[in-house]
Amino acid sequence: MATAGTVPARPAPPKVLRRARVRRSTWLGVGLVTLYLSVIVLIPLAAVAWHAAELGPAAIWRVVSSPDTRAALQLSLVSSLAVAAINAVVGTIIAWVLVRDTFPGKTIVNALIDLPFALPTIVAGLTLLALYGPKGAFGVNLAYTRAAVMLALLFVTLPFVVRSVQPVLMELEQDVEEAASSLGAHGFTVFRRVVLPSLLPAIVSGAGLSFARALGEFGSVVLISGNIPFKTQIAPVRIFALIESGDSAGAAALAVVLLLVSFGVLLSLAFVQRWGRKGDE
Amino acid sequence: MTISAIGITKRFGDFVALDDVTLEVTGGELTALLGPSGSGKSTLLRVIAGLEHADAGEVIISGEDATGRPARERGVGFVFQHYAAFKHMTVRDNVAFGLSIRHRPKAEIARRVDELLHLVQLKGLAERYPSQLSGGQRQRMALARALAAEPKVLLLDEPFGALDARVRKELRAWLRRLHEKMHVTTVFVTHDQEEAMEVADRIVIMNEGRIEQIGPPRDLYEKPGNEFVMSFLGPVNKLGDVLVRPHDVELLLEPNGASTEALIHRITYLGFEVRVELELPNGRKLWAQTTRESAAPLEPGTTVHVRPRATRTFDGDGAEMRPAGDSPWWDRRVTMEVHHG
Amino acid sequence: MSNGNDGSGAPGAKGSRANRYGLRTVALVYLALILVLPVGMVFYRTFENGLQPVLQALGDPQTLHALYLTVVIAAIVVPLNTVFGVFCALLMVRRTFPGKSLLSVLIDVPFAVSPVVVGLSLILVYGRTGWLGGWLAENGIRVIFAWPSMVLATIFVSLPFVVREVIPVLQEVGVEQDQAAHTLGATPWQTFWRITLPAIRGGVTYGVILTTARALGEFGAVSIVSGKIAGQTSTLTVHVEERFQQFDLIGAYTSSLVLAVIALVIVLAMTLLKPKEAGS
Repeated sequence: MATAGTVPARPAPPKVLRRARVRRSTWLGVGLVTLYLSVIVLIPLAAVAWHAAELGPAAIWRVVSSPDTRAALQLSLVSSLAVAAINAVVGTIIAWVLVRDTFPGKTIVNALIDLPFALPTIVAGLTLLALYGPKGAFGVNLAYTRAAVMLALLFVTLPFVVRSVQPVLMELEQDVEEAASSLGAHGFTVFRRVVLPSLLPAIVSGAGLSFARALGEFGSVVLISGNIPFKTQIAPVRIFALIESGDSAGAAALAVVLLLVSFGVLLSLAFVQRWGRKGDE
Repeated sequence: MTISAIGITKRFGDFVALDDVTLEVTGGELTALLGPSGSGKSTLLRVIAGLEHADAGEVIISGEDATGRPARERGVGFVFQHYAAFKHMTVRDNVAFGLSIRHRPKAEIARRVDELLHLVQLKGLAERYPSQLSGGQRQRMALARALAAEPKVLLLDEPFGALDARVRKELRAWLRRLHEKMHVTTVFVTHDQEEAMEVADRIVIMNEGRIEQIGPPRDLYEKPGNEFVMSFLGPVNKLGDVLVRPHDVELLLEPNGASTEALIHRITYLGFEVRVELELPNGRKLWAQTTRESAAPLEPGTTVHVRPRATRTFDGDGAEMRPAGDSPWWDRRVTMEVHHG
Repeated sequence: MSNGNDGSGAPGAKGSRANRYGLRTVALVYLALILVLPVGMVFYRTFENGLQPVLQALGDPQTLHALYLTVVIAAIVVPLNTVFGVFCALLMVRRTFPGKSLLSVLIDVPFAVSPVVVGLSLILVYGRTGWLGGWLAENGIRVIFAWPSMVLATIFVSLPFVVREVIPVLQEVGVEQDQAAHTLGATPWQTFWRITLPAIRGGVTYGVILTTARALGEFGAVSIVSGKIAGQTSTLTVHVEERFQQFDLIGAYTSSLVLAVIALVIVLAMTLLKPKEAGS
């Protein structure tokens, strides 16, 4: 035992080292979470993969490359890419205006950005039809056109880039822009060379989310596009058609293609984000 | 309410935070665990509290083996450096928490809370939220909260570390007065030696997971057991392996005894103390701490005679050495005959 | 410290003032065309022929049943995903275990799956030719074309929200308050209810709002698994489409109006309760 003024002496009995390990309650928790995820998400998705795999690669290829399906896939991919690109530009502009500008009603406009997250997709489709369909207010009738598909996709993916860029923009100091300005750079140059690089990760992230969302969009497109094969039928609608006609294996095959593309995009986003964050250190 | 920690070892991965540490804390005393960061003092406190599990060793509180017991069964009151206030509760509810989870009658809780708020001088702030309090007030609330549950032992983890200097000094004195009133066995962790010296009955100095020395503040200061303890508790001039406290460096106008001549490089006036930076004939530097009167006749660039009132020398094991040979105190060669125990 | 987020815009010259107005115009016009005007049109079209048809449509028994079913499904799904979400967040933030990053990725999977694929996946498990189809038929349990599959679909699509919102809040709150409660004698259960949960309630609330919005608005998955049997397995969203296909525009618009009003209330709640970002 320790007494004043000296270093304590070692006591005699041997010690047992208790090694730290993952606690039992943690494993129980992980088990429960995995069970819930499996029942709700993983097993159903596995069923899709399995039913597609059952066809065998040759049959899968036949389904996926059939003219209807190929057209639908192509339209989906191209539209989603276009929508992601448009959102990258317009979304950044909107974020800029919401962060750096003031005008009456700005708070309301800012709140409305969340509307596509809250509004059911079928209602979104109906509202677009009301404005741009037959008897639309502007006399423009975009129903059954590819423009209609784009409109619907732009509606539902609106918030992604905006909400992704806003916090980054808010944290960005204006001093940096002012410094660049004082050195002679003007408006757009300042933006391009000073602000944009910091925003790029957020823009890419938002655009990636837009792409993934647009790829799988269904409810908003269904009413206004007319779902015309080869013209306005997107991949999710094609899957729907295959289910209705009883070809669930074919539907599964196309579903697997869509899943692979979206997972691929989101995983690469995650990697790019982690890689980008390392550059900050 | 004694606390015994016996043979405590704790590792975090490869880092050894505590290396076979044994300590006994006497009941009713205010003990400080003092040391630099990484010395293991906070870890030891948390092992005693039950917030960390030691890899080896036992903890005995009031004669009962608490080693396997969770923190809530140990009867310890713990105060955190950053208050750990329950932000969504008022001050009153914070302090009452320990009692209300034991389902005590409301009247008793209210009475005890009022008592404690009066004790820590937070009366009148009972309905405020922690975010509306200053740091010092939050810490007093945390103390009242810990005391409400009538703990056998009070443990404080750098309790004043997050406060600014003036509040820290006030609360130090306040803690000491509180302890004298309540006499709960208290252990507190600090890295500030002035704080430990001012508040504690006994200090436990730790370094790199081991206890270096234990004793009352004065004993530790005047009879340090090794170089680490000596230099941690106060400033030190190191001349080879001779250690001299700046306030033990005597400044003389005439040579006397073992004194030697030194060149004055700089004189700094710090209000109450004067610091005189000197250079010895062999090029070694040291500084003296003295009063304004003693420093009055001195000028930078001139010489003065210096002589230590006391020196200490330790060997590798920390034991004191007798000076060997005729080499003077200020020109000791570094390697000496060392006795290994 | 001003960082320019007060509307002062880019510094100095007149050129940048024009830029500012230009950008503002682009943003507002885009938002008007894509977002505001279409939604406004729903309000207009619903009441185009006066109030009476609207009230009639609202009182229609199928519409009422659809509303009822929508609310009931949400009432089942939201608590389930909330409990899961809080539990999972606590696990992810407070415990270490191998495979944590894998779990994190899996939780986000519902964001990457099209609602149609969700519906398909449930059919392939619980449908007549699905994995459990035979067993379910033998025991007379109806999942597909009945409300259980609709509940499962809705849980799937709204699963990640509470987890994602609670995790950052939990990380910020830290463990010290819980440890303090522990030293004061609280059992784990007491600590959870009285300390942890109140501390994270902002994140939980916001997550619940997002989950509710998603549950009320789900269309594609539910429409596939429910068989759209009007008056029995139609939720309000499915009902909108059904009315449209039956050329009952007023009926479709009326149900849409109800959903739009709910959406606006949700947006309001989102704006008011949005977790504060750093530096605001």
